[in-house]
Amino acid sequence: MTAKKDKTINKENAKTGETLFKDKVIQLSHGDGGIKTNELINDLILKYLGNKILNKLEDSAVLDGYTDNCKIAFTTDSFVVNPIFFPGGDIGKLSICGTINDLVTTGCTPAALSLSFIIEESFPISDFKEILSSIKKVLNETGLSIVTGDTKVVEKGSVDKIYINTSGLGFIPDNLEISPYNIKPGDAILINGGIGEHGAAIISSRKGFDFKTSIVSDCSPLSSLIKDITSVSGKIHALRDATRGGLASILVELAKSSGTNINIYENSIPVKKEVKGICEFLGLDPLYIANEGKMVVFVDKNDADIVLDVMKKNKYGKDSCIIGEVTGKSSKTQKDSGNVTLITKIGTKRILDLAFAEQLPRIC
Amino acid sequence: MNILMDKNIKYIVESLNKSRASDGVSIMEVCGTHTMVISRYGLRQIIPETINLISGPGCPVCVTPASDIDTILEITENYDISLFTFGDMLHVPGSKSSLYDKKSEGKDIKICYSPSDALNFAKKNPSRKVILLAIGFETTIPLTSVIIKRAYTEKINNFFIYNVHKLIPEALETLLKDEHVKIDAFLCPGHVSAIIGSIPYKSIAEKYRVPCVISGFEPFDILESIDMIIKQIKDDRYDVQIQYNRVVREEGNPAAIKLIYEVFDKTDSVWRGLGNIPDSGLKLKEDFLRFDAKIHFPVKKIKSKEPPGCRCGDVLKGIKKPFECKLFSKVCRPDSPVGPCMVSSEGSCAAYYRYEKLKA
Repeated sequence: MTAKKDKTINKENAKTGETLFKDKVIQLSHGDGGIKTNELINDLILKYLGNKILNKLEDSAVLDGYTDNCKIAFTTDSFVVNPIFFPGGDIGKLSICGTINDLVTTGCTPAALSLSFIIEESFPISDFKEILSSIKKVLNETGLSIVTGDTKVVEKGSVDKIYINTSGLGFIPDNLEISPYNIKPGDAILINGGIGEHGAAIISSRKGFDFKTSIVSDCSPLSSLIKDITSVSGKIHALRDATRGGLASILVELAKSSGTNINIYENSIPVKKEVKGICEFLGLDPLYIANEGKMVVFVDKNDADIVLDVMKKNKYGKDSCIIGEVTGKSSKTQKDSGNVTLITKIGTKRILDLAFAEQLPRIC
Repeated sequence: MNILMDKNIKYIVESLNKSRASDGVSIMEVCGTHTMVISRYGLRQIIPETINLISGPGCPVCVTPASDIDTILEITENYDISLFTFGDMLHVPGSKSSLYDKKSEGKDIKICYSPSDALNFAKKNPSRKVILLAIGFETTIPLTSVIIKRAYTEKINNFFIYNVHKLIPEALETLLKDEHVKIDAFLCPGHVSAIIGSIPYKSIAEKYRVPCVISGFEPFDILESIDMIIKQIKDDRYDVQIQYNRVVREEGNPAAIKLIYEVFDKTDSVWRGLGNIPDSGLKLKEDFLRFDAKIHFPVKKIKSKEPPGCRCGDVLKGIKKPFECKLFSKVCRPDSPVGPCMVSSEGSCAAYYRYEKLKA
């Protein structure tokens, strides 16, 4: 289709309120964080609800002009993970960590959280207590509070056990500007440890999956890690929580939104042996498996070593390392500006793309 | 950052460059897992250009014909059953729709990681009829045999298999007989030979004068196997060699072979792209016929058609590269596949789409 034709169709669609979205029903892959999710958001949701802030599609919205000396970071997330208890965490811990980690990608200091439950009739109170107590544990650790919430109960079969929604609010000092749009050629790319552990832990704890492993989810709140790195370097350019779609998908998104090219090195990317094993068995790629406690840090290369140093000292960053760099601006003539190239362990190159078709549904 | 090539890899690459054949050599990697590793690690970037690696029919999802998909879809449409399948089969398009579409519509289709999931479910839910879509080559067939024998001894009456198992050596011979196909050597799948050993390839290697090397799945294994093939060609030999000797024995795994033929007999089988190949499939022996879903859930025969424009058949025979298909990456993408080679995690088109963008 020519560009001209595309434009006329868009115009017509805008007039009639119709969109280019072609699927007839929602499929699981619309929720996997890959190509289909992108289509659902860009071709349908944003066509109805898009605005200047939402259109940026960042982990947290940044609101300017409401308060003096700082900006507001605001985010929300829903959690439907299956099973609700898994090695290394549960849906409660996950729902708090997930929102905290989305908030701190702006470099903000988190201030308050909301918490809503949708619970299935006959859900055991003992399980509910366990979820509440693990929520409490994360709140104690991070010094945060739930300041508002909601509870709904539905008939048996209307939801699967329990779903949780959390929102979060934080304050960003006016001088701090951490955003994918600030990624610059020469930036070093760091990560705070092994990839794919959350996804691998979930799948190995699924019912009917008899794969004995010792993998534990990396689910953890990264507010202290972010505080540590922003206090030693003023040159943190971007932060991204590598959740759904895994490390590869978020790097591809960042390369495209910042119009830069990125190289990452397979030999430098930490992957635990157990994660590798389960991925080989199932034909999955750890680069595309979800994390729940992994932050990807883009920092000016001159500050890379001091940032790496403080990351390694944080309890959630012992295995931190530099995994790649931003090599340059992409040329504007390219169709999708911004490429991510993986230098494989044998020294060859491979271009990474967004994930497609769900690797695992209900991972978070 | 400086990337140093692993010294073993470097050694093999140098050896390949030294012994480079002056004429082009076409090596078919039979197995989909090999195709994936070759693409994922960009092995074409480091081997001499005179070596042409072509993908073969060794992806069980890819070679399952549309007619089988259509029949399974009809069964889910006409009977109230639980169907267990490996994830890859979900997206394979039949003539009209796919199992994924049926699942979205609410049909009871479950993804399993092991065939025993299906049998265990059947045991726990005796009122539910359960069908396992039994797919795969020699590597997975013994597992199906074990399940069938268990169902037989435990007298489980609500468990069935829809069998699309296929045998590799028979397909290779068919390829060699095809005058459109140019194959100088085979890179044979290590997992299959862990079961069948190296002997079944002997007659093929000798009769058609094609070297066969049974390879492991690490990049180094594949490069070393290619080097072994090139050396055979240079010396005018056509032997069956085992590179994957940390796993494969010449005689294979006799216990597993015995298991296969305790439950199944050889029969003809239709392969997508290759057509009907005598003795390349399996049917349940008479004692076990009551587990055959095709008998228990009869459906009217559908006129199946391959998707228009799709060149999966040629891709599976190594006649066309995925890039040479007009639909590739335009209409046919992993999220909206037209042909099975774009669906499977072992399919050639999916491998090229995911990993070989540098060449596109």
